[in-house]
Amino acid sequence: MSTIVLLTITGLGLAGLYFLIASGLSLVFGLADVLNFAHGWFLSVGAYATYWAVPHFGFAGGALFGVAAAAAVAALVELVMIRPLYTRTIAQVLVTVGLSLAGVALLQSIWGPDPLAFPRPAWSQSVWHVLGAKVPVTSLMLIAGAVVVLAGLLAFLRWTRYGLIIRAGVENREMVTALGIDVRKAFTLVFAIGGAAAGLAGALSGVYLGSVSPGGGTSLLIFAFIVVVIGGMGSITGSAVAAVVVGVLQQFMNYYGPAGSGEICVIALLALVLLVRPSGLTGRNA
Amino acid sequence: MAKERVIATLLKRYWPVGVVIVLALLPFNGLTIPGVFDGPLNSTGVLQILATCLVFGGLASSYDLLFGRTGLLSFGHALYVAGGAYGTAILTEAGLPLWQAAIAAVLLATTVAAALGAVALRVHGIAFSMVTLAFAQVGAVLVARDPGGVTGGEEGLPLVGLPDFFLGVQNTYKLYWVALAYLVFVTAVVGRVVASPTGRVLAGIRDDERRVGVLGLDPYRFKLGAFVLSGFLAAVGGAVYVLLVGGASPHIASSELTLGLLVMVVLGGPATRVGPVIGGVLYTYLDHRLTDVSTGLPGPLRQPLFVLGVVFILAVYFFPGGLAGVGTRPKPATG
Repeated sequence: MSTIVLLTITGLGLAGLYFLIASGLSLVFGLADVLNFAHGWFLSVGAYATYWAVPHFGFAGGALFGVAAAAAVAALVELVMIRPLYTRTIAQVLVTVGLSLAGVALLQSIWGPDPLAFPRPAWSQSVWHVLGAKVPVTSLMLIAGAVVVLAGLLAFLRWTRYGLIIRAGVENREMVTALGIDVRKAFTLVFAIGGAAAGLAGALSGVYLGSVSPGGGTSLLIFAFIVVVIGGMGSITGSAVAAVVVGVLQQFMNYYGPAGSGEICVIALLALVLLVRPSGLTGRNA
Repeated sequence: MAKERVIATLLKRYWPVGVVIVLALLPFNGLTIPGVFDGPLNSTGVLQILATCLVFGGLASSYDLLFGRTGLLSFGHALYVAGGAYGTAILTEAGLPLWQAAIAAVLLATTVAAALGAVALRVHGIAFSMVTLAFAQVGAVLVARDPGGVTGGEEGLPLVGLPDFFLGVQNTYKLYWVALAYLVFVTAVVGRVVASPTGRVLAGIRDDERRVGVLGLDPYRFKLGAFVLSGFLAAVGGAVYVLLVGGASPHIASSELTLGLLVMVVLGGPATRVGPVIGGVLYTYLDHRLTDVSTGLPGPLRQPLFVLGVVFILAVYFFPGGLAGVGTRPKPATG
């Protein structure tokens, strides 16, 4: 019983991490049609910024700095690199691919190619007792972070003017433009929000994994892609549901099955979803 | 006058044959090119680098069949390269002779390409890219996790049972010829397909898939055909690569390999005859060479991938036609 509780909670923690990455990807894709390969790099930027800032500002301040740095880098990337290629979708994807290669190499040249030990706060090493299981507090931290971001994003999309524009833009970008609203401002905003979520994922994954590495974000990115496709592109709630399914499935399979079976099951699930519902769980047009 | 025109036509049509002859004779040439290579052209180290460049020229060409010719942005090409490479290494270790192992591995990888392509092509555009990436990730995970100890995990898998014909440094030039033969094979197949009616349908799918559908042709079948053929060529390349470097390493199963192929094609010039080959050769050469020459440079310039990534981004903005398109009229933007 306690094993099942433990696996469920650590699975949900993993799901939280996936959701933090997938939410930004999904929003950016839904609104701007950009498959952002550099999104994993935003995560690494957040992780390294936090790594640098924690000794100066403490953990909370450092994480905040990481989030701000990733958001700023993401907004800058949209303004300088993505915007001039407006409507050239393939070229935009290519640019983000180039950025992910060059960006990871840039981080390597500053901090070296090897993983660095992350300055974890003391509380992160402790365990909580939940229903008879000893649960690492880092998993609970990831769940809390994802829930806060999910609630914040839903509230933002539901109740603010820009949220309305973004929701409308995901539905039909041309119509929003025709109504005289500059959707490109919303693009920058969505990139910044996605970057902030990725930066938070970077800071929290540093605590969760205990280390930061230049390519760390890119390896998590592939699972975030899977979450986005399963959840239906452009849908935040779809991403959240898919993240939970993927994270928990992966955790259980990796415990009960042979090594690597979790990853393979997740990808088998992806193939199944595509065969049954090619547009993802939420049924939007991909 | 007429004679000159005939010669010009012959040159225009048959210059690749001349290039291939020159390349084939390189192992008999003791020329040293200072700054470009460390030793004479026929030394083992230089031949090895040149052969790797040729293999990647062929792999980039096989990738271009999907990306440049058909407009399919696949992120899973590494899976089929790794299938050919690891399949050959695993089957030779199991006791099969090299040739049989290579053929079986290529057939297996091609079957996998057919099965996965059939699923992945159910979605379009970016979703297709993501799905191919996810499938290729299975390969990368399998290779890294080393189920049953067959892939060697992070260590990679050395190729055993290499026949005496290829063994030793004095036979490197034979491996170089195999690499050259592979490149010729891929460019011939891709050139043949592109020039055929099927190739025109593929170009039609790239430019406007719905129109091809309206004309009464099934785009799905043509795309699947291109996907399988491209996977087959990649698997052959994987088998050649494993022969060349004497083993399979996890790197060739990683998504970075596919991204590298994409960079090669875009830098060289997608949907051109020589562009992907030039891109593949140049990228591989620079990736080897920048590490040696850049040690004195400051900061990020020391990272080959930083330089290549930045050059790639600039090429997307300023040379959408790649190196092969420089000097010609710019094509209309794709995408």
